Amino acid sequence: MNYLEHIGKYFLMLKQVFKRPQKGKIFWEVLFREIEDLGLKSLGIIMFISFFIGGVVAIQTALSVDSPFIPKYLIGFATKRSMILEFGPTFTSVILAGKVGSYIASSIGTMRVTEQIDALEVMGVNSLNYLVLPKIIATVLFYPLLGMIAMFLGIFGGWAAGVLTGLFYSVDYIDGIRLEFDPFFIQYALIKIVAFAFLIATIPAYHGYYVKGGSLEVGRASTQAVVWTSVAIITLNYFLTQMLLG
Amino acid sequence: MIEVTNLHKSFGEAHILKGITTTFEKGKTNLIIGQSGSGKTVFLKCLLGLHEHDKGTISFDGRIYSDLSIDEKRQLRTEIGMVFQGSALYDFLSVQDNVMFPLKMFTQQSHTEMLLRVNEVLDRVNLTGANQKFPAELSGGMKKRVAIARAIVMNPKYLFCDEPNSGLDPHTATVIDNLIQEITKEYEMITIINSHDMNSVMEIGEKIVFLKDGLKEWEGTNKEMVVTDNEAIVNFVYSSNLFKKVREIYLKESKL
Repeated sequence: MNYLEHIGKYFLMLKQVFKRPQKGKIFWEVLFREIEDLGLKSLGIIMFISFFIGGVVAIQTALSVDSPFIPKYLIGFATKRSMILEFGPTFTSVILAGKVGSYIASSIGTMRVTEQIDALEVMGVNSLNYLVLPKIIATVLFYPLLGMIAMFLGIFGGWAAGVLTGLFYSVDYIDGIRLEFDPFFIQYALIKIVAFAFLIATIPAYHGYYVKGGSLEVGRASTQAVVWTSVAIITLNYFLTQMLLG
Repeated sequence: MIEVTNLHKSFGEAHILKGITTTFEKGKTNLIIGQSGSGKTVFLKCLLGLHEHDKGTISFDGRIYSDLSIDEKRQLRTEIGMVFQGSALYDFLSVQDNVMFPLKMFTQQSHTEMLLRVNEVLDRVNLTGANQKFPAELSGGMKKRVAIARAIVMNPKYLFCDEPNSGLDPHTATVIDNLIQEITKEYEMITIINSHDMNSVMEIGEKIVFLKDGLKEWEGTNKEMVVTDNEAIVNFVYSSNLFKKVREIYLKESKL
């Protein structure tokens, strides 16, 4: 199957996904379970990584600006910009594509090869709507929050790194954070996270849903899902940046 | 009654079903048998609507499946119960929630009413008290029984089973076979079982459809199967020495 066929099949899948849920009560039950599985369970890793990434960015910036003519508040300024514009939305999304993407592809893929999806279809349940729509809504609603936490902890991690290593003063870093704060950057970051969240839920779901074979194929589908979600995120990141900031 | 007329199904160049015509009657356990690759699974999936057939008709009590609207098809599917080969229980749901799932999805019953019905069918399949267990905690036989409970919870008119006793020990397999036959009578369903298991065929096969290379080679009851001279079915069913001897003894006894 060539790439165009895959893209066409992906959009046909979305057509089935975006239908009214057959039973509202069941939809809400599944949605809350997905928020826990795809969102809350990713909170720890995102907090851990963003805190240390913020620290590394601050240290590297501090080590790069050793000239007395460059003000030290630029360390805080650069860390804030990096975390809000790229690390918060894009880096977090790539991590989530790995963690959550493989989970979605393998869980749906396993349901396919163990005939659980056939069981839904035989009952008359729209399996794509039942399985994928709650995942999309859970990620689109919850990942902006994860992104905001990542931005905050990254900036905080930068401050903690400076204070602990003595590379820069706390007051300079805070001055840098306050400098030229543009609220649009937050909007820009949130738009990106929402778009990436949609990809993180749908591309792995596509790979899992249409898997054929056994456990080996589920593993392959899971790997492919992570690769293609990452590729889609990086590509879309370029176009969104061009459109929103260019 | 389920009536199948001139059913054809191809996948690309491969012509899998080449014009099958047969009927399945109410209150009977019907078995579809045949060698691997004979088209049994494709036939069953066409009956279930999981594969769209290319030609021919499938009629459920006069309702021709391909002529039904999406809503009518959905309604028809609520009248169908299915027991999958690997049970196909939802891993993330307990036994109770697995069995309750069709009720939650398709009825407006209160939780108490649904629970009552779930307990009733779990009792029927001898799984009283297993409500809170998860599929991973169950043995193969128990999973099959949960799958049967889920299949009958909506009082279906039609029950389909894909190799319901594969992977089970002979005793448990017989228990499952008998359970399916008893339930078929109790609920007055049309039961269609896809099976490789010759014990099942002999035990509960009130009607047997033998497929070979995508065609219906033979059909009849389990008693007729013992005395048939059809070479293909004799070679398939009596391929083991044990069954050959059973057949010889049966034929001798029937002559006497």
